[in-house]
Amino acid sequence: MSDTHAASTAFVRHDPLPPAPPPVTETGIVKWMRENLFATIPNAILTLLSLWAIYTVLSGVIPWITNGVWGAENIRECRELLAGATGGCFSVISERWNQLVFGIAYPREEYWRPTLAFVLLIVSVFPVLFPRAPRKMLILTIIYPFVAYWLIWGGTVLTPILLFAGAVVGYVVYSKLVASNFAAGFFGGLTAAAIAWWLAGFAIDAGSDVLALREVVSRDMGGFMLNMILGVVCVSLSLPIGIVLALGRQSDMFVIKWICIVFIEFIRGVPLITLLFVANVVLAYFLPPGSNFDLILRVIIMITMFASAYIAEVIRGGLAALPKGQYEAADSLGLDYPQAMRLIILPQALKISIPGIVNVAVGLFKDTVLVSIISMFDLVGMIRGPILASTDWNGVYWELWGFAALLFFVVCYSISQYSQWLERQLQTDHR
Amino acid sequence: MKTTVFYGTLAAAGLAAGLASAATLDDVKANGTLKCGVTTGLVGFAAPDANGNWEGFDVAVCRAVAAAVLGDPQAVEFVPTTGKTRFTALASGEVDLLARNTTWTFSRDVDLKFTFIGVNYYDGQGFMVRKDLGVSSAKELDGATVCIQTGTTTELNLADYFRANGISYEPVPIETNAEAQQQYLAGACDVYTTDASGLAATRATFEDADAHTLLPEIISKEPLGPLVRHGDNQWGDIVRWTLNALISAEELGVTSTNINEMSGGTNNPEINRLLGTEGELGAMLGLDTDWAKNAILAGGNYGEIFADNIGESTPIGLARGLNAQWTQGGLLYSPPFR
Repeated sequence: MSDTHAASTAFVRHDPLPPAPPPVTETGIVKWMRENLFATIPNAILTLLSLWAIYTVLSGVIPWITNGVWGAENIRECRELLAGATGGCFSVISERWNQLVFGIAYPREEYWRPTLAFVLLIVSVFPVLFPRAPRKMLILTIIYPFVAYWLIWGGTVLTPILLFAGAVVGYVVYSKLVASNFAAGFFGGLTAAAIAWWLAGFAIDAGSDVLALREVVSRDMGGFMLNMILGVVCVSLSLPIGIVLALGRQSDMFVIKWICIVFIEFIRGVPLITLLFVANVVLAYFLPPGSNFDLILRVIIMITMFASAYIAEVIRGGLAALPKGQYEAADSLGLDYPQAMRLIILPQALKISIPGIVNVAVGLFKDTVLVSIISMFDLVGMIRGPILASTDWNGVYWELWGFAALLFFVVCYSISQYSQWLERQLQTDHR
Repeated sequence: MKTTVFYGTLAAAGLAAGLASAATLDDVKANGTLKCGVTTGLVGFAAPDANGNWEGFDVAVCRAVAAAVLGDPQAVEFVPTTGKTRFTALASGEVDLLARNTTWTFSRDVDLKFTFIGVNYYDGQGFMVRKDLGVSSAKELDGATVCIQTGTTTELNLADYFRANGISYEPVPIETNAEAQQQYLAGACDVYTTDASGLAATRATFEDADAHTLLPEIISKEPLGPLVRHGDNQWGDIVRWTLNALISAEELGVTSTNINEMSGGTNNPEINRLLGTEGELGAMLGLDTDWAKNAILAGGNYGEIFADNIGESTPIGLARGLNAQWTQGGLLYSPPFR
């Protein structure tokens, strides 16, 4: 065939041209930039503006961090060391580290106790958060609140042991009675536990120095430790209470339904700061003089009430989202109310509610800084009060607030990442 | 006004509760510690150091009272209070004494049912300007921009003062002291006005404090003093005369360094009465004879406390001004120990 044109054409190419490289503007980084950053003139302008903004911020922040002073005794020495150059005065964080974390009054030689309690918290919360963790670790979780109380507040070891024993007594009575009737089990268990705790009170008074750790009063708690205590306790208490309230609000029983509605609507209608003022200030007038109702306990009760009202509404949203067929399916299987809720309704409703619950939990954790307004020295109270009011550090703002923001960001971002992971795990996809 | 009524009601309720345990002195002795309400933190007046020990000008009053009553200046339980919780803390009996830079006003004394036992610091509203502005008196501030915290009495005082002097100004409203510092340093206003002690403390935090100056005019009265509940006059007397002892000690030249020597007996009968070597003043108060000696040993006399916490050798650098002894042209005037 090739001979056909041999006479009429001077040159016939036998092999194809090697592929030419694509034009510079259509390849690699140039193409990516052209398409994504400079596609149109407005885009190009925005890109340049953004670059300028990023440069301005970084050129200020990076020297501020790298030039930072860590060893100075006070702000004046800090400024001398910097000699006019840009730089943060991070010495305040290292010098006041203990105060930022533990508050001003927690005894220094006992710092290992809250630290240990924090480490144990991570260990014991693990089996709750991750279903694949060994189930036996749940024992740790059950014991943890009592151990943590003993570690942080101190006192005799009898207190947590007997409290735990009371809880066990309550549970045993509950499990005996629950077979016949849930309500009988619930209230019977509660009464048994209350009686056991009341009896334990005498034993604790009698043996107040058995294996006693040094006692630390609530007024001495402070710093980020206080935020963690309030956050962890209130979130873990408000979840079950919120579930109960949400179910109560849907109940057919008139009294229970209205108690729940009034509680939820009242608490949601009042600002948290008002509740805290009530806890701190107003209660002092109603209690008999000299009675000492622990301040942290008062604050925990108020924040828990506040959070559980919100969580109740979130869960009610989840319950409402379930098709009616689910309730009917449970009925048709012959399940009674607690079984239906526990086995069919709540697992689905809670799964739907996860983003809302996490939202409330994150908000609640950040709201714990409001206790600084009722003169408790949490992280923000520490910074606003003692540290910024000392002659040594008055005037150091960015470093301290940046540090506080960083601590809160780490915790809140971890919670939100965990919840997203959990949602993916529980994905059963109705779509 | 509404909050005043609110606090007043609370205070009245607290008084009713407080009367049940009237003898504060007995309570303090039984507890072994004095519960003293202080601010959550004010530069120079009260703040804990890196080890958690409270120090400051108001704190010194607490320590002196604890030393007078219990013999130990460390026997104080400090209860930090905010501007919102301070009066209820005192009224409800949570604290025995409130030493928290609180201005002595009619309504607080009468309506809230507290007893101000004296004045430990005479404050007043002042002005801070840049030195290169070339202003040496507030009367030269015609047309100036003024940074001022909104919703405070300082705002009203300022308006009154400029109107009375027939000069004009342009207010720059700000919310907090921290914001005011930034605005003033950024040049958003020529003048920053608030309480003079606060101005001095703020100025002390500036990188170039020498480039700023406080004008001599003080345009309002802010007498700051410790207070106790109405209804326990013995306790009120103890706190009042402890403060007077600190002031008299300075007037009489009794300091923490020469007090041991002087308590051996001097030629001045008033010093002898003060230090308990003559007369029965301590017993009249229901305290030991060396109560005043202990109080003065706690942190020195008034002048020493001032110099250590807020005086000219500290970064805050306040001059004595109105807080000098009456013999030095100030307002400090203790009734005689007789």
